[in-house]
Amino acid sequence: MDWETIIGLEIHAQLATKSKIFSGASTAYGAPPNSQACLVDLGYPGVLPVLNGAAVRMAVVFGLATDATVAARSVFARKNYFYPDLPKGYQISQYELPVVHDGRIEIRLDSGERKTIGITRAHLEEDAGKSLHENYQGLSGIDLNRAGTPLLEIVSEPDLRSAKEAVAYMKAIHQLVRYLGICDGNLQEGSFRCDANVSVRPRGRHEFGTRTETKNLNSFRFVERAINHEVERQVDILESGGRVVQETRLYDPDRDETRPMRTKEEANDYRYFPDPDLLPLVVGTDMVDAARASMPELPWVKRDRFVEQYGLSEYDADVLTVSRASADYYEAVVRSGIDPKLAANWVTGELAGALNKAGLDIADSPVDSKSLVQILVRVEDGTISGKLAKDVFEEVWASATSADGTPVSADEVIESKGLRQITDAGAVEAVIREVMAANPQQLEKYRSGKDKLFGFFVGQVMKATGSKANPTLVNDLLKSMLADR
Amino acid sequence: MNRNEVESIAHLARLAIADEEIAVYVENLSRIIEFVNQLDRADTEGVDPMAHPLHMTQPLREDGVTEADQRELYQQNAPAVQHGLYLVPKVLD
Amino acid sequence: MHEMTVAQAGRAIAARQFGSEELVRHLLERIGRLNPELNAFLTLTEDHALAAARAADACVAAGDGGPLTGVPIAHKDIFCTAGVTTTCGSHMLENFVSPYDATVVERLNAAGTVMLGKTNMDEFAMGSSNETSWFGPVRNPWDTARVPGGSSGGSAAAVAARLVPAATGTDTGGSIRQPAALTGITGIKPTYGRVSRYGMIAFASSLDQAGVLARSAEDAALLLGAMSGHDARDSTSVDAPVPDYAAQLDAPLEGLTVGLVEEFFDEGLEPANAAVVEAALKVLEGLGAKVRRVSLPGIGLSVPTYYVVAPAECSSNLARFDGVRFGYRAAQPRDLEDLYKRSRGEGFGAEVKRRIMTGTYVLSAGYFDAYYLKAQRVRQIIAAGFSEAFESVDVVVGPTTPTPAFEIGSKTHDPVTMYLNDIYTIGVNLAGLPGLSLPCGFVDGLPVGLQIVGRAFDEGRILNVAHRFQRETDWHTRSPGGAFA
Repeated sequence: MDWETIIGLEIHAQLATKSKIFSGASTAYGAPPNSQACLVDLGYPGVLPVLNGAAVRMAVVFGLATDATVAARSVFARKNYFYPDLPKGYQISQYELPVVHDGRIEIRLDSGERKTIGITRAHLEEDAGKSLHENYQGLSGIDLNRAGTPLLEIVSEPDLRSAKEAVAYMKAIHQLVRYLGICDGNLQEGSFRCDANVSVRPRGRHEFGTRTETKNLNSFRFVERAINHEVERQVDILESGGRVVQETRLYDPDRDETRPMRTKEEANDYRYFPDPDLLPLVVGTDMVDAARASMPELPWVKRDRFVEQYGLSEYDADVLTVSRASADYYEAVVRSGIDPKLAANWVTGELAGALNKAGLDIADSPVDSKSLVQILVRVEDGTISGKLAKDVFEEVWASATSADGTPVSADEVIESKGLRQITDAGAVEAVIREVMAANPQQLEKYRSGKDKLFGFFVGQVMKATGSKANPTLVNDLLKSMLADR
Repeated sequence: MNRNEVESIAHLARLAIADEEIAVYVENLSRIIEFVNQLDRADTEGVDPMAHPLHMTQPLREDGVTEADQRELYQQNAPAVQHGLYLVPKVLD
Repeated sequence: MHEMTVAQAGRAIAARQFGSEELVRHLLERIGRLNPELNAFLTLTEDHALAAARAADACVAAGDGGPLTGVPIAHKDIFCTAGVTTTCGSHMLENFVSPYDATVVERLNAAGTVMLGKTNMDEFAMGSSNETSWFGPVRNPWDTARVPGGSSGGSAAAVAARLVPAATGTDTGGSIRQPAALTGITGIKPTYGRVSRYGMIAFASSLDQAGVLARSAEDAALLLGAMSGHDARDSTSVDAPVPDYAAQLDAPLEGLTVGLVEEFFDEGLEPANAAVVEAALKVLEGLGAKVRRVSLPGIGLSVPTYYVVAPAECSSNLARFDGVRFGYRAAQPRDLEDLYKRSRGEGFGAEVKRRIMTGTYVLSAGYFDAYYLKAQRVRQIIAAGFSEAFESVDVVVGPTTPTPAFEIGSKTHDPVTMYLNDIYTIGVNLAGLPGLSLPCGFVDGLPVGLQIVGRAFDEGRILNVAHRFQRETDWHTRSPGGAFA
């Protein structure tokens, strides 16, 4: 039986506002328990919600970036259920009339194929607190600092057909919200969370099969694994004649499997109704125009421009535009006059490698774009070879990450280590003569036809000059001098 | 309303109702529902539901932190607190 | 001294005929003697009151006083008062000490009033007789075997018995106007959104409004003026200037058109009450008003409409009472479910539980359209009915209640019988309009109230009509006497 997988993703992105969506308490991560839960967040008797305008603007910007409809009028609704991390016994969300709907985003698969994924809706709601299962004599501890943090819930159409597509979509949304500056996308801290709705059906069938919802997917890897596992589980059930139960499941990364949630969430009737403490949200043309004007260049636009403007491959453009910080860094280098391809090699190569190893984001790079430019300028003007430039880079990096943190300049390193490239033909000729004299057998073999030994001589010359000889000069002189009898 | 409905509503609303009391609730709630069923006779064709008496729209607040940490004051009313956390019987996933 | 109205006491204190402290002591002594029988006060804040009174006297001495400086008042126990128990008439909040002041309390404090204590009320404002209070019923000073009305029964009885010149109340379906009528005093519920709901423990958010119970329209005008106005902490509070209600009180009634609601003169209205109300209308005519009949289509369905909308909203508003962060918590809960069910089951009284369940039912899947949405449509019709009436009249009048005060325990057997007490007042809340009740006569020694309803934000006009009536009559000066002389 040929099974088709249908996936829809629900992403909860915590909006990067300073204060909560309905109160003036801070949203900063990592504060002591309940130190950022004010009366409104605690659901104290008598308090009322007041809507944070920045959260609305962020939702609008997201709607514009995904070509969606920004609703002129949307309504906040109460989703009623009981849970300790939900202080009011209801979550303020949006139900029938969300602020954004009917958008789309393009994903690119490994094969290079492009696919458009529909975004059914994106609505504003408040986050719940956290249950900590520290054992307080068999009790759980509740921290409500997170309660009231604004969330944008982004719901995709069930257009995804594989775990890989789902990850590509999740990454595209992740990149977008970071580009827009509306969410920091920190999966570990929980500011970007994903639930996957998965079902299967025999290929060719029109109706959808029963779907399950899998939660607790806080990494791209887990999303892929959880979906694959869930698909396999459902196919196994159906192929052995059973029925898939509609339920909510949790992904267990240690066991790499999903299991049903013990709280019977699905038995809940949320009794949605418009929140009488809040009035209809009107988003006027002023706000939309201001949002549009404030939008940065979108990632896919920037990527295409990099290919066009800098002659980069799609792959390199992708890598460089993965984040605004990365793209801005690259462009700062190029704008200083460095050749785009050279700059691309270095940013995606040497710099990326060092950043990865140190676990740093490019925004926190010890070698900033100005420092990198200094190094690359010396490569372009021939002062140092590309190979030695890497040593210079390491030195600059080390100095910037040292105890006193003051980075040395590229020129300082070149001078102090004497790394200037040797471009004087006379000096190189002298070295070549010495190398030839020191290696008579190889010389004989080369002259009798063993062309491969050319590389040996290049290596010897480079070794003798501490890699400082200009490679082109070495090549040219060696060619003529080795051939001479 | 019948007994089953009352029990399931009580569960949704997290209200413990003693067995002996259920019959009284069934009776009272049935009476109330019967009373509100009068609404059926209203002709509401083409009438929009009113969610608010005001024809206003939601004002927006500026994004800024205006609340300080007053945990100690707010937790004075808490029945069970430890290390600043509100304690509840263990929450299972 | 206790016969003085707010206006009189304010002037006397300003003229330094006596100090606020002297008046406060006098009233505290009276309360100590007379409250046990009435059960109007739940909490007395003696030390606080004396300190505030002294501060008020100092203010007056410094020449900084206003018309309300030093005037003693009481607050319905639904208003959060910082550092003072706020019970909402419920076992659930029996020991709840609010960490903050409601806006109404803040503003009246700022105007110089002196809080003597918190008054008894129907539990969570749900009731029309003050018989659902966890702390026992309140008695009507005109006949202590009878109810004072509810839910602001404590405030009404305290004012009627001259324990305090005025008190705050709240009105969701008639809870200020009905008790004012049954106790022979003046009570006003302003337009929805006129007074901030911040700090007023919520019952039905789209219907609740704070107001005043006092012994004259002049008093109500002074206090309402101090309470009203925009509050950024309440999204549903209106940002519109507050007129000087006191300045409008004496405007002549020549040319005023008064609409008498036909539908109110039905079989439910006791003939003796009808006669008293009709006589009152003659007084208005004598003052130059033109009385004509108006019809309010849909008004007959106002009680069933209310008993869908209000329970729906309250079922959600009361979900925050779960034994976790404040309020009653059941002893030794077996698990989370048990914690919720027993804390709420034991903490709430029967009427509250009935309304929560009714509300849960009408919002639940399958019933939402037929009940909740349907009720909100009928509400629209009722509001439209008032609008249309106001095209041909300036104010709408009728009896406030169908009968005078009934005996304690006489209507508690059937919830619906109790609900019908609010039959003339409820429509006003559904439409969000301002309404007041003033004493207009007696039936068998028990007070009867006349209700005056105005257009949105026309509080000044209805207070004006009431004041002119009170200049012509003396019903509002009558005192229960006897033990309460």
